[in-house]
Formats: sequence, structure tokens, C-alpha cells
Amino acid sequence: MTERILMKGNEALAEGAVRAGCRFFAGYPITPQNEIPEYMSWRLPEVGGTFIQAESEVAAINMIFGASACGARVMTSSSGPGISLKQEGISYIAGAEIPIFYADIMRGGPGLGNIAPAQGDYFQATRGGGHGDYRVIVFAPNSVIEMGNFPRICYELADKYRMPSMILADGLLGQMMEPIVYDFEPIDPKDFPEKDYLLGCTEGRERRVVRSYDLRPGYLEKNTLKLEKKFKSIEENEVRYDDTNMEGADLVMVAFGTASRVCKSAIPLAKEAGMKVGLLRPITLWPFPMKVLRQIADEVEHILVVEMNIGQMVEDVKLAVEGKSQVHFYGRPSGSVPVTEEIFEQVKMILKK
Amino acid sequence: MEKKVFKRTGGLTDIPMRYCPGCGHGIIHRLVAEVIEELGVQKRTIGIAPVGCSVFADEYFNCDMIQPPHGRGPAVATGMKRIRPDCVVFSYQGDGDLASIGMAETVHAAARAENITIIFVNNAIYGMTGGQMAPTTLIGMKSTTSPFGRDVKRAGYPIRMCEFLAALDAPGYLVRVSVHKPANVMKAKKAVKKAFQVQMEGLGFSMVEIISQCPTDWFLTPLQAVEYVEKQMIPYYPLGEYKTPFKKEEGKKEAKDKIEVEFRTDFN
Ligand code: SF4
Repeated sequence: MTERILMKGNEALAEGAVRAGCRFFAGYPITPQNEIPEYMSWRLPEVGGTFIQAESEVAAINMIFGASACGARVMTSSSGPGISLKQEGISYIAGAEIPIFYADIMRGGPGLGNIAPAQGDYFQATRGGGHGDYRVIVFAPNSVIEMGNFPRICYELADKYRMPSMILADGLLGQMMEPIVYDFEPIDPKDFPEKDYLLGCTEGRERRVVRSYDLRPGYLEKNTLKLEKKFKSIEENEVRYDDTNMEGADLVMVAFGTASRVCKSAIPLAKEAGMKVGLLRPITLWPFPMKVLRQIADEVEHILVVEMNIGQMVEDVKLAVEGKSQVHFYGRPSGSVPVTEEIFEQVKMILKK
Repeated sequence: MEKKVFKRTGGLTDIPMRYCPGCGHGIIHRLVAEVIEELGVQKRTIGIAPVGCSVFADEYFNCDMIQPPHGRGPAVATGMKRIRPDCVVFSYQGDGDLASIGMAETVHAAARAENITIIFVNNAIYGMTGGQMAPTTLIGMKSTTSPFGRDVKRAGYPIRMCEFLAALDAPGYLVRVSVHKPANVMKAKKAVKKAFQVQMEGLGFSMVEIISQCPTDWFLTPLQAVEYVEKQMIPYYPLGEYKTPFKKEEGKKEAKDKIEVEFRTDFN
């Protein structure tokens, strides 16, 4: 599939999910992600899939819980306020170890906030989000190409580790148009690997139970420690990041999503002014690229974290570098997007040029 | 030779039930399990356990089971049934689960005419958490959060779910039964069977509301609890069919508490 198509980020994401085998979507209207359910409402029936406009975010997450437990590749999407409502279901799904995929197209918050692009849901996404001990695999695309191609990876990881995976993108990525090429052939659900935990017909097998509770003393702990092992192995094996201009850098910027694009555009300005500035872009926010940051901290004095919030990922960066580098932060929260010159000014200030 | 006159249905597992003496859940589990067995759908039935006393339903029903968040049964059932229309999907729920925290899921699954069956156990109380007021707690009825009796000025009115859902245009089957006397148990079983058949024929949402007794949190003996159902619960929650996908027989007035066993597929 090498065809180049001009698409909105949200539509590329929806189409990417369908190509990756998604056959069940339930969602609720909220800006700036409406193009996703709208696209799914006509696209899924085309491939024999099911689209349901749910009565609530809560119902939507539970519909995909049921559909996935019966073997479908499923999806829901929302923006921050709706993702908050889904957290109950996500926690149960994580506990029951059922794979699901969802997207948070972030807007300004807290509360109803506004509908402008923001990155204020980093904590919610990377800390699990709901109650109890669990994690969610979080991918942070920064282009329409990645919006379209990441769903396949998310589905594969969700299946592999039997857990929720998600895309965390801001409204700008959802709304902007760019040419996209899908880097994989459409996947036929018939080719999914067999799963030994799905519900349906018990002919020729024992009955199965999907649940997140265990009231027997000590048993839940055992299960949660099993989850922990799984999470450790993900931290070990599934970290993804992208780096630019790292060779001999005096300062490394760390940013994800839209903020990383703005940061990248500041690199040539810095170069012209005689400064060596690199960029580390975490692609997975959980698992977070801890190791590579630790290595960077061994060699680089200054790290500048740029986020469209008041400082969330910066806490993970500080945890990673363990005081070995100076960690600076520049943030534009609640719907403001920084421009190249602002970032360049920050770099100049830190390097005292 | 001794003759076996009663055997445990294969629709239930061998795990002993931990419900209180005199509780309605045990009877209701058996009815549902017998119906599943009799309809020959046990190998393709998926059940949903609620949050509440009957959360353990996922251990007792001898079929695939799922245990979703409190009140979300109808949403989970929706996802399952749409993916596996060949399976029979039922959601077992209590009054807090269905008529309070899960009200939205219930109403909308009914409005979409999802082909699922709800077994709604109404005992007018939160059992597992120790007897708090439920959406169906009767006016004047005592609970741990209405210690002087439910006062409508402060706590509003009980909800009659069958009547409420009957107002929807969506086709389906709505019936209220009880399990406080053997004759009622027989009727309840017929209603459960009919509800499953409605689903199997694709005739829409079916719900069997079962007035049940909770002696423990009513602070009554099992016998007194049975009396309470008869004298207090049923007058407020009249038994009978509230919506049926089957045509009324010409010239005959449909009696509210008459449950027909035979199954017809023509619906109005
Ligand atoms: S508390 Fe009530 S509903 Fe719960 S098991 Fe005991 S009698 Fe049954």
C-alpha cells in the first residue's frame, strides 16, 4: 500500500485502525475528536464492522470491553473530559487483561476547559488513569503519518500483552491535514492469532470467566504481581523514541507530539547562532525512554523539556536523569501552542548566548 | 429402585452458593440455569455478573461469564451480542446495579432494542454493602441510609422499571414476576424462558424483573420476608407482562399476570 492520501489526523487514525482490523467502535461526540466516530460510522459498515454511538463515554468503554472479550479488535476515542469518564472501564479491562485500543485527542483543561490543542492529559495517560495498580501502553504520534500507522502497533502490543493501549495526541494533530502513506497492508480479522481467553461457545472446552476481582485472601496480590512482571517486560522491550542532532549537543530538548515539531523547528535557528542543540522525542510515553535519557544525562549538561501543559513529562525526565543534568522546563498550557522563536529564546537563555 | 425426582441442573456449576438462607438469588439462579439447559443453548450462552451480592454469579452459572463494572452490564452485553449474534447473552443485575448506577445503560440498551436478556432482581435494598436504600426501596421502608423509613421529601420515590421501560417505542419483552411462592416460581421460570426466546428470535430487548426477598437486610426471618413480598412489594410492583412482542389474541383482554408459554414470532 504505497498510495499517498491527503487526510486529517483524526481520519487517518480511524482509517489506520480499520486497516489494522478494527471491527467494532463505540464512542460519544466530543471536540476535537469528532471526525473519528463520524468516519467510523460509515467506514466500519463497509467492512462488515459495527459502529455504535453510545449513550455515554462510560457505556462506550464497556461496549468495547464486551466486544473485545468476544474477539473483535475494538476502539473508542474521546478527548480529556470523556477519557476521564472511561477510566472506570479501563481499570476493569486492565484488571481483566482484555486488549483494547483507544485514542485521547487532547484539548485544554482542567474541567470543560476549551477545545484548543493541549497536552494536559500526560499524567492521566501514563499513570494508568483509573483506580488500582495498572499501566496503559501510550503512543504519542507527531504527524498524520504516525496517527495513521500507530494503531496497528497499538493493536499488536495490546494483543501481545493483553492490556489497553492508546494514542495520546493533541487536537492539532487530530485536525491538521498531511499526506499519509500506510506502511502496512490491510489486516483481515480472519488472520488474527487464536486467543485462549475469549468468550463465546464452550463446545469442546472448559467455561471461561473474564473478571478483575478476586476476594480470596492473597490471590489478588499474586495477580497484581503478575501484572507488574508484564509491565516490567514492556519497560524493557517496548520503548520507542526518535532523536535528532544529538551528536555533541550542549543542550537536549525533550518533547512529544506537536511540541516536538515546534522544538525541531528551533534546531536550525540554534545552529545558525552557533549552538548545538538536540531533540529527544519519546514516541512511547509509557514505557518512557528512561535508559536513553540516563545516557544523555551522562554527557549533556542541559535538558529542556517543552510541553503544552504546566509540567508533567518533566517529572519523568527528572526521574530518569537523577540530578545528573540540569532539567529546565518551558510550558504553554490549556490550549496555547508555543512557536519556534519562543523555544529558541529559552535555549539562548539557558546557554547564556 | 429409588426414583430420582429432582436433580441439580447442569446449567449451574458444582460450587456451593453462598447466599443467605431465604435469599431469592439461589432460586433465581436455578430458574435461569434450568431455562438455559432446557433451551439447549448452554454451550453458546454468555452471562454477565453484576456488582452486588450476586457478583459470584460468575462462579455459579455453568457457561462463559464476564464481570464488568457496576451497572454496565447492558453496555457490555451490547458489545458481546453485536460481535457474537449467534450467542445468547444475559445480564444478571440487582436494583442498585440496574436502576441506579446503571440506569443510563439499561434505558439505552432497551431503546436500541438490543437483542439481550436482563434478569433484574429487585429486592429493594443494597444487599452486599449492608442494606442501604436502593432506587426501588419502598416508601417508608427502613434501610441503613433511611433508618426512619424512606421519606419521599428527602429521598424521592421508588422506580418501577417495567413501567418506565414500557414507555419506549423499541420492541421487546418486559415482565415482572416474583419467587416468593411455588406457583410464582413456576411463572417466573416461564417468563425467563420467554425472555430468552425473544432474544433468540431477534425480537429485541427482554427484561424479567423478579421481585426477590432479602431477609438479611430486611431484618426479617425468611418466612416474614415472603410475607413482606406478598403484602408490601407486590402491591407497589404489580406482577405481569408490560410489553410483549407477541400479538394480543383477537377479542381477548390480556390479563396482566398471565404468562403464556407458547412462543410466537409475529409481533406488532
Ligand atoms: S444480603 Fe440479601 S440479597 Fe444478599 S445474599 Fe443475603 S439475603 Fe440475598
